[in-house]
Formats: sequence, C-alpha cells, structure tokens
Amino acid sequence: MNTNRQHIIVIGAGPAGLEAAATLGAAGYPVTLLEKENHTGGKLKSLHQLFPGFRPAYEVQNYLDGRLEINVAQVITNADVISVTTENGKHKVILADGQSMNGDIVLIASGFQVFNAEKKEEYGYGIYENVITSPDLEAKLKSCDPLTSANGTTPRKIAFIHCVGSRDQKAGNVHCSRVCCITGVKQAIEVKMQLPGAEIFNFYMDLRMFGQNFEELYIEAQQKWGITFIRGRVSEIGENMDGTLQLKAEDTLSGRPMKMNFDLVVLLVGIVPARQTLAIGKSAGLALTSGDFLAASDAQLSPNKTTTDGIFITGTCREPLSIAETLTDARAASVSIIQYLNERQKKSECI
Amino acid sequence: MKDWGYSILKGRQIDIENNDFSISRFVAQHEPSFKWCIGCGSCTATCSAARLTGFNPRKINLLIHRGETTNLAEEISKCMLCGKCQLVCPRGINTRNVIQNIKRALNNCHAL
Amino acid sequence: MHFNLFVLPFTAGMIILSLLLTYRYIKWLIDLESGDLKRIGSKILSIKTLKALREIFMESLIHRKVFRNNILLGYMHMSLAFGWFLLIVFGKLETLFYTGRQANEIYYPVFFRFFEQNPHQTGMLIIFNAVMDFLLLMVLSGIVVAILRRFRPGIAGMKKTTKHSLGDRMALAALWLIFPLRLLAESATAGYSGNGSFITQPFGNFMHLFLPLQQLSIVFWWMYSLSLGAFMISIPFSRYMHIPTEILLIFLRNWDLKTNENFTGFSEIEVQSCSRCGICIDTCQMSSQGKNNTAQMVYFLRDYRYKQLQPDLTDNCLLCGRCTAACPVGIDLTQQRILQRKKNAFKLPQGFHYLPVNQPSGEADVIYFAGCMSHLTPGITLSMEKIFKAAKVNYLFMDRDGSVCCGRPLKLSGQHEAAKKLVEHNRQQIILSGAKTIVTSCPICYKSFREDYHMNIRVLHHSEYLNELIQKKKIAPLPSGKSVVFHDPCELGRGSGIYEQPREVLNHFAELRPIYQEKENALCCGGSLGNLSIVPEERCAIQKATAKYLETAHAEVIATSCPLCKKSLAQYSDTPVKDIAELVAASLTVVAENPKILKHHKVQEMVEIV
Repeated sequence: MNTNRQHIIVIGAGPAGLEAAATLGAAGYPVTLLEKENHTGGKLKSLHQLFPGFRPAYEVQNYLDGRLEINVAQVITNADVISVTTENGKHKVILADGQSMNGDIVLIASGFQVFNAEKKEEYGYGIYENVITSPDLEAKLKSCDPLTSANGTTPRKIAFIHCVGSRDQKAGNVHCSRVCCITGVKQAIEVKMQLPGAEIFNFYMDLRMFGQNFEELYIEAQQKWGITFIRGRVSEIGENMDGTLQLKAEDTLSGRPMKMNFDLVVLLVGIVPARQTLAIGKSAGLALTSGDFLAASDAQLSPNKTTTDGIFITGTCREPLSIAETLTDARAASVSIIQYLNERQKKSECI
Repeated sequence: MKDWGYSILKGRQIDIENNDFSISRFVAQHEPSFKWCIGCGSCTATCSAARLTGFNPRKINLLIHRGETTNLAEEISKCMLCGKCQLVCPRGINTRNVIQNIKRALNNCHAL
Repeated sequence: MHFNLFVLPFTAGMIILSLLLTYRYIKWLIDLESGDLKRIGSKILSIKTLKALREIFMESLIHRKVFRNNILLGYMHMSLAFGWFLLIVFGKLETLFYTGRQANEIYYPVFFRFFEQNPHQTGMLIIFNAVMDFLLLMVLSGIVVAILRRFRPGIAGMKKTTKHSLGDRMALAALWLIFPLRLLAESATAGYSGNGSFITQPFGNFMHLFLPLQQLSIVFWWMYSLSLGAFMISIPFSRYMHIPTEILLIFLRNWDLKTNENFTGFSEIEVQSCSRCGICIDTCQMSSQGKNNTAQMVYFLRDYRYKQLQPDLTDNCLLCGRCTAACPVGIDLTQQRILQRKKNAFKLPQGFHYLPVNQPSGEADVIYFAGCMSHLTPGITLSMEKIFKAAKVNYLFMDRDGSVCCGRPLKLSGQHEAAKKLVEHNRQQIILSGAKTIVTSCPICYKSFREDYHMNIRVLHHSEYLNELIQKKKIAPLPSGKSVVFHDPCELGRGSGIYEQPREVLNHFAELRPIYQEKENALCCGGSLGNLSIVPEERCAIQKATAKYLETAHAEVIATSCPLCKKSLAQYSDTPVKDIAELVAASLTVVAENPKILKHHKVQEMVEIV
C-alpha cells in the first residue's frame, strides 16, 4: 500500500484547517477539506487587523488561500459535518445533507464559537442599543465606516469590558479565553486612532499579556494612547434616559465602588466550545476537557492526537488560541499525522 | 539588635505570621466557596450597602484571609443579605453563606 | 371483676400515656400565643368545630390526602388508622352489648375474647365477632403493605421512605407486632374454646391440631398485652406522638390558630403532628436533583424533636414551599424552618445606621419598586417603564438608582430584628411618597410588602398590575400566536397565591401551554434566596433540571415573573426565557386613545417583530 494514498479529511477551513490541509497536501497526501460555510477562512474572514502588530487580516487569509490552491485538490464548501464514526480503522464523515465520505485520517479543525453575551443579561447585550460585542466592533472597524453610537453620534466615552463569559463559572466557562485581553488592547487603540478625542476605559479582572509584544502593546495603550485600565469587573450596566449607559464596577485597587457613564460599551466575549464540535466529538467518542473542548490523548507529548486512533484535532476546537498559535498548531498537527502514518506503514510492512 | 524605629509600625503591617486565622478557618470549613475569590470586585460593585457606606465584601473576604478581623462585626452587620453579589459573582461563590458564617464565627467568639 | 396478670403491661401503658399526654397538652396550651386562648373560646361553639371533626375523620382516619398521593399508600394509612379506630369503637360496643354495663375495666374490651370464652354465641354476638375479625383483617392487610413498602418503597408510589432513628424503629416494631399477636392470641383462645369468628376460628382450629393451645394461649395474650403497653409508652417519645397530636392540631387550626412570627405552643403541636410519612422527601428537589437526603422537613422536624438540630441543616432549605403544599398533615413547614433559623439568629450589633433619610421628591399615583434582583435583569425594568409610559401612568421608579433591600432575605435567614430596620426604612419612604399603589417586579419584595409592611397602599406584583392594565384596556397586547409555558415563582405562587393573573396576562396574546408540575406543584428554579448553605453544584443541578423540565412543554418561550427565576432558568435553557413584562412590552400598542389602531396595517408588522 502506498503511503501517499492514505486519504485525509480535514473538517473546517478556518486558519487551522487551511494551514493543515495545505501542509499535508504539500507532503503528498490526498486531502479533502470540508467547510460548512460557503467560503474558506472561518472567523479570520471577519477580522479587521491582527494583534499585536495591526497586520491586516486579509494578508494572512490571502497567504492561506494561496497555499491551499497549490496543495489541495479537493475543497468542499457548504459541507456541514454532523458526525464522525469509525469502523475497521476507517473513518466515516457524515454531512447534514445525508452524504458521507470515508477517510483514513480525520483532522478536526472546527474552531470555536463566541460566547453568547445575551446570557449575561446584567450587561444588557441585545437590550441596550449601545452595548456591542468585540466581534461587532471588529466588523464595524473592518467596514471602515465611522464608528458611531446607535443614534449616529460620535461616541466620546467608550468602555471595554474584559472577560465576558470567560473565567465565569456561572456561564459554565472556568477557562481563560486568552486572546480577549490583547484584543481589548488592540481594539481600544484602533478606536482611539479613529476617534482621538474619545476617552477609553478598559475594565479587567487580570490582564494576561503572555505573547510576544503583547505587554509592549499594553504599555503603548497607556502611554501613547492614554487609555485607562481599571482593575474591577463590571457588575451591571444600566441605561440612562438619553440612551447612554451607566456602568458599575469596583475600582479594586483603590477599594471603592464607581459609577461611570459611557456612550458605547464593548463586551470582550470569550471563546467557548462550538456546539457542533461537541456533537462531532461525541459521535466519534472523543474525550473532552473539563471545559468541554476536545481533549488530547496527552497534553504535553501529543496535543493533536485524540483518544481515538486516526482522529486528530487542531486549533481552537481544542483550546483558545491566537491566529499565530493556531497556524503553529496546525503545522504541528500535520507533522503528528505524517509521523503517525509513517509508523503505521512500518508496522504493516513488518507484518 | 538596636531598634532604630524604622521597621513597619505595628498598626500598619499585615502581620500574616502572627495573625489569628480562626475565623478564616471556620468560614472555609462551613462554606468552602469562601476560598474561590479572585478579587474581581463585582460583589462590591453591585452591593447596595457599598454605595451608602464603606462596606466592601471583596475586601472583607481578602482581609479575613489575611487574618485581619478588626471591626469585622461592625462591618459585616451592614450587609442586607439581598444576594445581588451572589448573582454577579463569576466564581459562583455562595456569598450569602460566607456572610452568614462570618457572623456565626463572630457570634461564637462573643459567646466565649 | 375480670382480671389476669397479663393485663398489667397494657394497663400500665395506658395510664402512663394518659398522664404524659395530659401534661403535654396543658403545657402546649400554656405556651400558646397571647390571644390564642381567647380565639379558641370564641370559636369552640361555632360551626368550625364541626368542620374540624369532619377534617379529623377525612384526614386522620381516612387519610384522604395520602390517597390522593397514592392509592396503596392511602390504603395502608387508612386500614391502620381507621381499622384500629373501628376496632376500639366496636370493641367497646361489643362489651356494652354483652354486659349491658357502660363502665368496664379499661382493658376489658381489649381482651374481651380472653375473658368471655362462651362458645354459645347469640345472634348479635356472632355479628360483632365477625365485624371484629373483619376489622382485624383490615388492619393486618395494612401492616403487610407497610412492611413491604419498607423494603420496596416503589410499590406505594414513593422513591424514598423516611430513614428512622432506633427508638422510632423499636416503636414501629411494637406497632407491627400488636395485630399479628392479637390474631395469635384470639385464634389460640378460639381454638380450644370456640369463641372465634371467620378468621380466628379456622386459624385457631388449625393451630389446635398440633399445639397445646390451652397452655399456650396465655403466652400469646401476654405478648399481645406487652406489645400494646410498649407501643403506648413509646408514643410520647417517638413519631407516633403524631396520632394524638394531629387531632388537637386540626381543632386548633380550624379555630384559626397558626404559626406567626414566634415559635409558640401551636408551633410545637405542629412539630409533634409530623407522622414522618416522608412525602416531603420526594417533593424536595434537593433530594431529587441534588444529593441531599438529610435536610428534608421530615428529618428537620425529627432532629428538632430529638434536640439534635444543627444550624447547617436548618439553613439548607430552599424555602420553596413544595413540601408545605404536599404535607398531608398541613403543617406550615416553611414557617417552621424560618422560626428555627430565628432561634439561631446572631446576637451581633445591627449596622444599618447608614440608610439615607431622603424625602423623595415628586408625586405619583404609582410607585414602581423593581427590587434588587431586577437591576440585574434590565429586560424587566425597561419593559415595565415602556408599559407605564404606554399606559400613560403617572409613576415614580423608586429604586432606579439603587435600592435598599426589602428585608425579606434577612427574615428568611431568621434575622427578623435586622430585617425590621430595612422594612421600617422602606416603609417610611413609600408612605411619604403619597402614592396609592406600589408595583414590584420581585415576588420576594411583593410578599414582604404584603405581609410585613402594613401600609395603607395597594401592593401589586407586576403580573397582577399588567392584568389590571389589560382589563382596564389601558394597554392592549397584540396576539403573537407564540406558545408559552409559565414557570410559577415560589414566592409568588405558593408564597402569595398568585397563580391566575400571570396566566390571564399570557392568555391575552400567547398560546399558554400547560405542564404537569405547575401552580402549587411547580418546581423551584433553584435560585431561591431561602437557602443559604446549599452547595453551588447542587444549586446548579436544580436550576438545570427545572429548565430542562420546562423545555418538555415544547413551547417557544418559557415565561416567568421573577428576576431570580429568569436568571436561574436562562443559564441552562435553550428555549428563550422571558419575564411576562418583557412579553407584554414586546406586544404592545396603545388603544386607550385610538382603538382603531388595531386595524392599522402597521400592527401586522409589529406582530411580526413580536
């Protein structure tokens, strides 16, 4: 049996799926890339600029699309995977329209979903017009239209609320979503660039600036852009008669409650496991992490392998990751798959 | 050693090595979620009493963990037990029972 | 004079029981709330006493409420209670008929068959004999069910039966032995003397074939007497105290006595009336969804009676009132729990000196008091304001900028004195405003306003108020055609008896779907402020289970009328959870001014939005 005839199915054409499919394709494997939307790119497509360097998101998208075109023969969009089953070492991927296909290897790269901010009613998303989420703001920034409040006026005071749905037992998410802290810093600067006269406040519990140049950007936000960071989680938002918002928090560093009015409030919503990923994981009998992400068989040594032979995972379906980390992870997963197939090949030759 | 008088004044220092942690232990034993606090301050932000007086549930929790319990009885009696803090707490701490057990611990001290 | 030494255990038991009961009854009556004795005096000769007698017959003997719970369980209780009662009555009648004398030794009817071994039975005595045998059979059948149920609770419709203490189990053993021993004793005597009836005679004849009954029967009579004596002495110290106490309770309750703010002799009577049937175990969501099998009312009252009550156990109750609704004895269990908490109240300084003494400015017809929790559910407060404006009501949003708690959460935790300070503060503010009506969105505030505030102002929950606005045609919600299932908040439903108003509101514009456990039997959302010490995981389990249960109605929306319920259910429900104020606000148009607006084509668009 020729190694290169081992068929690999990649589920999800976001950054992780695209990079992995291209890498595996370049290594000579026949790859089928399935995407439930009618376009590739996943949530990267809705991003404006990437942190920490403000690189336009389309540059990365173009790079990924370019690699895909050269290396992968089969890309199927509108392919909505609902389950994966295993029989005699072969994996069967079943689509919502009833179609199915078989593969020797399945790589799940189905990504995440953003936390539904309506679940935190005290923040009034979906109730107050001037409360938006970070993806909403990203879309506004991407559109290049001037940023306004709901009534069309230019907002003068803008608040960013960190950890909405992350590190929140009540919301069922104990985990840290990792990317929202730096997204909050990035978006605050982007808004300030557009509206130099605006006052911007970020309300946080802890700031986790772990990545390269993250801390630098945080310092820049304070020093160059005059953005104020307040250590205190917002407990609730009220609406004034004129549609502006009243926000309550404790300034925990000074130990006193505060009440502030804002024209626009941005909720930095967290990364949560996608429902559909959970369903796929369940159908394939995969283990889950305590936070309901897809679990690796070994967190240190084989983070992309699952407990089921031949099924691999990459990207944010297994934990919250930035774009850069996702691409690295996708390449790691590809190497992991190639090694796995090589070993299987050797074993079968011995027999 | 000669005391030049430059060390931290007694009243200033959080003397964590010599403080009495009996209240902290009592509360943690009866309401384990007392230990879960990450100090985000949403409890104080929403607290009805905190807007009218110096009451600060986050700080009370922290200070008890440090063994600092001066004026605790007076502070804790400001709580109306309405439970808003419990609803906003991201860690799901049973804040009302924490308050209740602080009171119980103090009550037991008074009885002795 | 009929006498044999074996009557002594029974007689001693009877005398001791009578003395103890008398002592306790007197003590409880002394401990009644001041005014209670007067109340009894004024009611004792009224129709209420007849009502009480009827209730005693229906509940203490027939056990109607237990029957409603489960037929087999009802039969078990009825056959034991009513069967035994009839045994006593017919036993007495039998001796009366036989001797023609009213006064006999107290043990004479009990051991009648021992003393009267006359085989030449006359017509009437044959009937009496047969009746007594039949009643014995009835009681025995009940005991068979009781024994079976102990090992297989499911057969009597229960998931769990009460776990009893050692003393109670000994009393139970004595009780279970009484009637089988009576059967043995009477049959043995019948076996050699021929004075039995259709059960005892054949059984006696059978035993006579291989047993020396003439010598043996006295042993059975001794054992029978001993088991009776043991049981009677155990009554005041075991759960069986409920038998004599419940009767007293029914009288007092019918004479309008109840447990109010203080633990009185009446409260003690309520405690002692608990039969530990265990019906409250299955209704308790902390048992069915959580893992708590120690804090249910049956155990709570037992621990109190045996002076082993721990504060943690007292605190660990949702105060949802489901057990109170289900209790066949009708004990106000929720209030019992609160009063025990009150006994544990802290003797610490009260610290509400900081409460502001502002004079609210502005006049209004209606005061809106959203309540603390409603500040975390802006969907409710915004909708209420929208409705007030649509109905053109002159209103004041009293706690727009923040509130002082109504005091009920403190009271639920037993801190009545502290609660009073908050009550007094809010009360002053409300009265000073001069408003005639106060509307609140929070069922907890609502119950507190109604029961503790004593204001000369109409107190309405917003579900009542919205219903009123609709009936007065101040607002006209447009039919949305959406299916809705309604979740009754504990404090509004069981707590305040408001079941129909929110349903009427919903019926105006939505298709209301029934669900099996609703109204009095509604589940608690788990968010209750009544429970202080429930562990977070158990609270979540209850919240989740209730949300999932409501989803089984397959309605498009889960409606409720409490901010706390809304928050609890919304966390776990895939179906949207809305307060009825939100649903009304979303389907609003004003018709007061222009009724024709309904025909306007824009209305259709609004319906779409809804």
